[in-house]
Amino acid sequence: MMGSQSDDKRSSGRPAATLHAVGTSRMRLFGLIRKETLQILRDASSISIAFVLPAILLLLFGYGVSLDAKRVPVALVIENPSSETSSFAVSLTNSPYFAPTLMRDRHAAKEALVAGDADAIVVLREDFARRIWSPAGAPIQVLVNGTNANTARIIEGYMQGAWQKWLEQHALDEGQVLTPPVAMEQRVWFNAEVRSRNFLVPGLIAIIMTLIGTLLTAMVVSREWERGTMEALMVTPVRIGEILLGKLIPYFVLGMGGMALSTAMAVWVFNVPFRGSLAILLAVSVLFMLASLGMGLLISTVARSQFVAGQVAIIVAFLPAFILSGFIFDITSMPKVVQWITHIIPARYFVSSLQTLFLAGTVWPIVLANSAALCLMAAIFLGLTRRKTHKSLE
Amino acid sequence: MWSRVRALIAKEFLAVWQDKKSRVVIVVPPLIQLLVFGYAATFDVNHVATAIYNEDSGLAARELVARFEGSPSFQTVAYLSREAEIRDVIDAKQARLVIHIGQTFTRDLKADRTARIQLIVDGRESNTALIILGYANRIIADFNDEWLRAHGEALPPARLVVRSWFNPNLESQWFIVPGIVALLTLVVTTVVTALTVAREREVGTFEQLLVTPFRPSEILIGKSVPALVIGVAEGTVIITVAVFWFQVPLRGDLLLLYAGLFLYVLAVIGVGLMISSICRTQQQAILGAFLFVVPAVILSGFATPIANMPPLIQDLTLINPMRYFLVVVRGTFLEGLPTELVYERLWPMAAIAAITLTGAGWMFRHRLG
Repeated sequence: MMGSQSDDKRSSGRPAATLHAVGTSRMRLFGLIRKETLQILRDASSISIAFVLPAILLLLFGYGVSLDAKRVPVALVIENPSSETSSFAVSLTNSPYFAPTLMRDRHAAKEALVAGDADAIVVLREDFARRIWSPAGAPIQVLVNGTNANTARIIEGYMQGAWQKWLEQHALDEGQVLTPPVAMEQRVWFNAEVRSRNFLVPGLIAIIMTLIGTLLTAMVVSREWERGTMEALMVTPVRIGEILLGKLIPYFVLGMGGMALSTAMAVWVFNVPFRGSLAILLAVSVLFMLASLGMGLLISTVARSQFVAGQVAIIVAFLPAFILSGFIFDITSMPKVVQWITHIIPARYFVSSLQTLFLAGTVWPIVLANSAALCLMAAIFLGLTRRKTHKSLE
Repeated sequence: MWSRVRALIAKEFLAVWQDKKSRVVIVVPPLIQLLVFGYAATFDVNHVATAIYNEDSGLAARELVARFEGSPSFQTVAYLSREAEIRDVIDAKQARLVIHIGQTFTRDLKADRTARIQLIVDGRESNTALIILGYANRIIADFNDEWLRAHGEALPPARLVVRSWFNPNLESQWFIVPGIVALLTLVVTTVVTALTVAREREVGTFEQLLVTPFRPSEILIGKSVPALVIGVAEGTVIITVAVFWFQVPLRGDLLLLYAGLFLYVLAVIGVGLMISSICRTQQQAILGAFLFVVPAVILSGFATPIANMPPLIQDLTLINPMRYFLVVVRGTFLEGLPTELVYERLWPMAAIAAITLTGAGWMFRHRLG
């Protein structure tokens, strides 16, 4: 295949008519793309990065990862059982968020907490029933295992919910209606059930496209450098732009394939609502794909060995896409310096667009700002690759 | 026999340490990751961008708003004057929370009717949304308490007194940084071991090694010891940084922590060598390492609790060495975990190590055929 291609080029020569040159150039490019496609199809590990890994990641994240605590194991200690304490115990049991276990005493509860069998301890003290009628009210002691700060905060929130339910119930039992001075009405927009899956799965698409665009491309192209086939290609009349395009187009198609698979799974398997415009999702994805391909090509051009390219791709593309993109960790809560670093991570703009397009719809200010940033990054990475590749020939 | 194995160990050390690139890859990225992760990987929510839409000019409404503004958790970014603006600021992510106080707020409050305050939260980031609501709830509960007290009314019959153990200020750094000890040790050890055999197979020196009088068990020791030293050293550096730079308290027994680290690294070496002996090329080995590391991290409880996973996936985590070491490392750092509970986490890691190392030794020879 490659052989006949270069023969063809040699015979066409330089002084050909412009029209003819355009034709050969297109043919050369087509040949390169075909060669690259065959290579992808032949190597099982490329296909598995593009399709098996995304499927595994989506299933793991879709099913395995949840930030929502449900049925939190709680050790309940009632020092002096009475009708008041049992009504509180019932409201804990009825809450979908707690799975309370009655414990003998504080000591047993503490052991359960340390052993990880309980995430929180609730203690209703001996004088609970009596102090309920005192003006200051009775304390309900809640001890949360603070090791995982996030879970601890969420448990605290749920506990407040259960407590408020109990207050209402208690007032009803007394023939009254609970009238707290101020009551809070909460509206969670875009994600009314506050499902963490709705938030994680769209962001995951950015991770998967980073894997294909940057890691896979960096590995494959650096293998060509390592084996010297890249240099062999460069001595042919094929232009550098054509070589790069020949690399770009097949992996671009592969990446968009991974993105289509992910979007379909997000909507149909994980029931994440999609409220934006599909055309805009496609447009933003194209921009992000170009930026991450540019990054992958740049890494491979600079590293030129598979080991180093793989490592660098993991460090500068994959891990930042994971940690610094807003995929799991909230950017605005990071220290200022780290927030500033996130601005040079392409995934940041894509994750933000994905979350908005899926859950909120097409919000132009966000889509446009992110697209502009992605455009700029794609231009920078591809431009740098073009320059670096050129220089290395001299 | 021992002098032979010693020579093999020395050779393996040189293979990793002599090459400048691989030396850099082992030392520099983990340190950078530790620093960036340590600061970036946080579930803490602070300075939540808040917009206030207060239609009530009464004193009580202003006082409540002042409480939100005085809290370090919230940061006012806008004052709204029309209802339509709520959608604009939330959609464009200018604010994550809009506090809406209606015209009758103060009037209701004074008339002993429940005054309503509406909170609109951006649910795109579900976890943050939950935490924001929790913070807001607390501010309102405090406000209620003080209002009742100031007006001589009865307080609610019971109140929550919440305290958190082991990490009283709920700093997520205390949770994440010990986790990074497990994470980075896993990444470095897997990459180092996954590439050793694959690299030699690619070059062909592994076949040469197999025809020497070395037994597979000796080759196994030769390949494992350098990785063990590197893994434990890496762990030590990260533990040191965690204690002295991030100031995470180390309350438990250091000896037990090291027993855990030792077995953990051995288990990971076993997996890495198994990957390496299956693969024919380095690219496959890196891919294999990736296919192991990513699920191992996700299903370990590093960022999200195992208890939140569906039962089937929870069972799957039982074969994950990182799951056990995370408990050991977090336990020794924060809780001062009782000895018998640490032992409970040690033997599964020892079992995983025994199985994977034996498997790898067996595959050294049988991959050839």
